[in-house]
Amino acid sequence: MILVSADEIDAAARLRAFEAEAGDAGAVVSFSGLVRPSSGQGDVKILHLQAYSPMTENGIEAAMAEAKDRWPLSNAVVVHRIGDMRPGETILFVATASKHRRAAFEAADFLMDYLKTKAVFWKREKTESTEVWIEPRDEDYADATRWEMEEVN
Amino acid sequence: MAKLLYFGRLSDVTGKTEEIIDLPDSIETAGELRSWLDMRFEADGALLEPTVRIAINNEISFDADSVAAPDEIAFMPPVGGG
Repeated sequence: MILVSADEIDAAARLRAFEAEAGDAGAVVSFSGLVRPSSGQGDVKILHLQAYSPMTENGIEAAMAEAKDRWPLSNAVVVHRIGDMRPGETILFVATASKHRRAAFEAADFLMDYLKTKAVFWKREKTESTEVWIEPRDEDYADATRWEMEEVN
Repeated sequence: MAKLLYFGRLSDVTGKTEEIIDLPDSIETAGELRSWLDMRFEADGALLEPTVRIAINNEISFDADSVAAPDEIAFMPPVGGG
């Protein structure tokens, strides 16, 4: 399930619902990304996320299909918020379910790397003094290449 | 008429997030549109950066690809969520 929406994300409720649907999966992994209270620019007031529908959703859909090809997942969900958010609020929620934990962990990690560096979103951070567009860090791109290297091997 | 979208930091450069315009007859490809817009907005190369990708009707495209009305053409700086 994929949802891109300006609505607040209740990660605890999402996880409960996901677990209830997980059926015979023995392992569920979830990840919540929260707006950080401070950045290199100072105290964060607002983080703004912009998407381009349906390209954003189509891309996440393809990443999820790839995750399901690579790991034996019984279910997966990505919920990503757009619009204005405040520090501490949930930007995204990702959960995966599988028979065993390793597949669930790795698939969630893979989906997060996709979301950080390839998903069609743009981020703007507003602090007391400035407003800047944030692009992925070198570490984010390096993280994402881990999955390409595994394909080569 | 074609619909042009400017995402992320490009909306700061163009001063708008989208516009609907008549494409000049001389423009046949995405690359030509990119160059024309960069001059029109006096963007000083911001639209020409190789990291700025172009999507035509929701598909990632290349400078050699054709553009024509009523395409929706998006200019996309590096993406990233979460």
